[in-house]
Amino acid sequence: MEKKRHIKYNTEVTGAEAVILSLLDANVTEIFGYPGGAIMPIYDALYDYMDKLNHYLVRHEQGATHAAQGYSRVSGKPGVVFATSGPGATNLITGIADAQIDSTPLVCITGQVHSHLLGTDAFQETDVVGVSMPVTKWNIQVTKPEDIAPAITKAFYIATSGRPGPVLVDITKDAQFGKTTYDYKKCESIRSYFPCPKVNLEDVNAAAELINKAQRPYILCGHGVLLSSAEKQLLALAEKADIPVASTLLGLSAFPPSHPLYVGYLGMHGNYGPNLLTNECDVLIAIGMRFDDRVTGNVSKYAKQAKVVHFEIDPAEINKIIPADVAVLGDAKEALELLLPKVNSAKRKDWLQKFTDCSNVEFEKVIRDAIDPDSEKLRMAEVIDKFHKISGGNAIIVTDVGQHQMITSRYYKFNHPNHSVTSGGLGTMGFGLPAAVGAKVAKPNEQVVAVLGDGGFQMTIQELGTIMQSNIAVKILVLNNNFLGMVRQWQQLFFDRRYSFTEMKNPDFITIAKGYNIKGKKVTERENLQDALQEMYNSKEAFLLEVVVENEENVFPMITTGASVSEIILE
Amino acid sequence: MNTTYTISVFTEDKIGLLNRITIIFTRRHINIESITASEIEVKGIYRYTIVVTVSKEQVEKLVKQIEKQVEVFKAFYHMNSEILCREIALYKVSADALKENELFARIVNENHATIISVSPEYIVVEKTGDEREIQNLFNELEKFGMLEYVRSGRVAITKPMKTLTSYLKEIENNNKSTVKHFNN
Repeated sequence: MEKKRHIKYNTEVTGAEAVILSLLDANVTEIFGYPGGAIMPIYDALYDYMDKLNHYLVRHEQGATHAAQGYSRVSGKPGVVFATSGPGATNLITGIADAQIDSTPLVCITGQVHSHLLGTDAFQETDVVGVSMPVTKWNIQVTKPEDIAPAITKAFYIATSGRPGPVLVDITKDAQFGKTTYDYKKCESIRSYFPCPKVNLEDVNAAAELINKAQRPYILCGHGVLLSSAEKQLLALAEKADIPVASTLLGLSAFPPSHPLYVGYLGMHGNYGPNLLTNECDVLIAIGMRFDDRVTGNVSKYAKQAKVVHFEIDPAEINKIIPADVAVLGDAKEALELLLPKVNSAKRKDWLQKFTDCSNVEFEKVIRDAIDPDSEKLRMAEVIDKFHKISGGNAIIVTDVGQHQMITSRYYKFNHPNHSVTSGGLGTMGFGLPAAVGAKVAKPNEQVVAVLGDGGFQMTIQELGTIMQSNIAVKILVLNNNFLGMVRQWQQLFFDRRYSFTEMKNPDFITIAKGYNIKGKKVTERENLQDALQEMYNSKEAFLLEVVVENEENVFPMITTGASVSEIILE
Repeated sequence: MNTTYTISVFTEDKIGLLNRITIIFTRRHINIESITASEIEVKGIYRYTIVVTVSKEQVEKLVKQIEKQVEVFKAFYHMNSEILCREIALYKVSADALKENELFARIVNENHATIISVSPEYIVVEKTGDEREIQNLFNELEKFGMLEYVRSGRVAITKPMKTLTSYLKEIENNNKSTVKHFNN
């Protein structure tokens, strides 16, 4: 529902109020932030607009960026962050870097010291423009009140156009206090910025020709499919030409998991067939993905037999890792729409059967025991599998980083686009809890579950305070193995079981939750798991479920460092 | 195989942009051999000339990463054979050189250099040329006692006739962004 606005065009306002008005003009409704000295005028201006802008007070600025990321990833809108100068601003950096590598649009607004103090090592002065430069898509420092609205509209345009990313606007305190006549001219182009190349028909024709000649074509879908809302077009292409589809970690939920053409998830701990058969396809069709090293394994042994067709919006990704025989630059949805009529219908029973065979092997060797183990202790996969069944695959799942993340990505089947939120490229432990807060803010009527490990949970555990204060009914499922499990797995496999600082002595998480007035339950026995998961699922308010799992479980399959995708091991 | 490439970057006039561009090199552990910046024939557009010695694959990737930056219009890379390039160097030599006036004057003339200042303590010589010519003069003047020596970075003009403005028109035509991903 459109909220009623009171925009003060052509009236004199402070720079701080111009910030707030610009956000309203950019259709912002939610802000994640933390006040401090240099951003006080903006917070003061916000005080008058609390009926139009919902601000969530996080417990650490890093949490604000992750919350904004979670918000953006499920809502499709840019996430907005407020922080003060100095430590407030530097605390944003991890989240900004995460958003940069995972192409998530964020607009971060930081307060800065008075402009006459710039460069004097003033109290809480940091060169945040300099510090954030390598991890932002764009950033700017504003020292005059009249430059605020143009900078903010430009920030939103850059963050959300083309390949999205985080931007930062640093505003000095005198610019916030100064007076300006408010005006908002929406930025819709920049003469030196070319975000979305027009799809070239010749490239589309070349792609169609390769696909039509292919016997064993194979689609890898990435985050770009979700970002351009090309799910339907991808489905139509796969169905028309009978092409198997695998997903990257960030592409999860772009293709229906129950579809017979969906073959699984790619990468170091992905499914067996999708990795192995990369080296057997004859045409590899990469859509909105960037051949991350977790996907390719050893690049010198990656899909050498295949012609590569790369659909990509960012020209810098073409030939960056895997050379493309045909590159189709531009928006994935637009490109796939142009491609579809040029692609011939086909049936590829034998090729698809290979994936089914691999899938059967993986089920026998890995999955069957993982989801229905005869071990005494609980295993992560059975927890996720059970929760998948309870939620019918309809929940928004936000994961942290580590073994639980890989297990969730393997065993939860996402029925709806943008229902998987995770930190992919940066692998940021501590991402999960605050990102789930943001996701729940974006979709208050959906079931949002943060699946966390005991390590990552404690990196941003203070965000339980945000959940308490803002009544955010996010569900928290902690898979506790009392280890930094993924590092421990590597120590076991590659460092001769020398468990150097990976064992965790953990607090009583339920007591901590109680301190934040959050209901909680701890499960150690299999017989209690189903009911506890159901209780968490049914809870109308935030709920913490700690499940104590096997300490030394390893995630398989696995492509070890330096190995080829065809050398994926099952045990 | 590594080759010397001259990268020309056309940008907006914005604080910090040069830093954004140099980060692309430092992040990849690539040394910038020289860098110069100046306004071009079009007002408000700046040109950076950057010299690096890298492989062809590396220079292609560098140029794409540079072009990816908001507020960069276009970047090109050229081999030495595709450009005309010059540097300027200033040599401050001890005034003792005047004791061998004839030899000194001959070296300056033969190297197409100019004496731009003479004082009781020193003489300043200016030379425009390519890196090799500038180094040659340095080698010859060194024997007179080199007090100070400074070189500009390389500036370069490309031999191909295509102008920046024609590239910009091309980009504009290829960039009819009708697609909206986000509502704001």
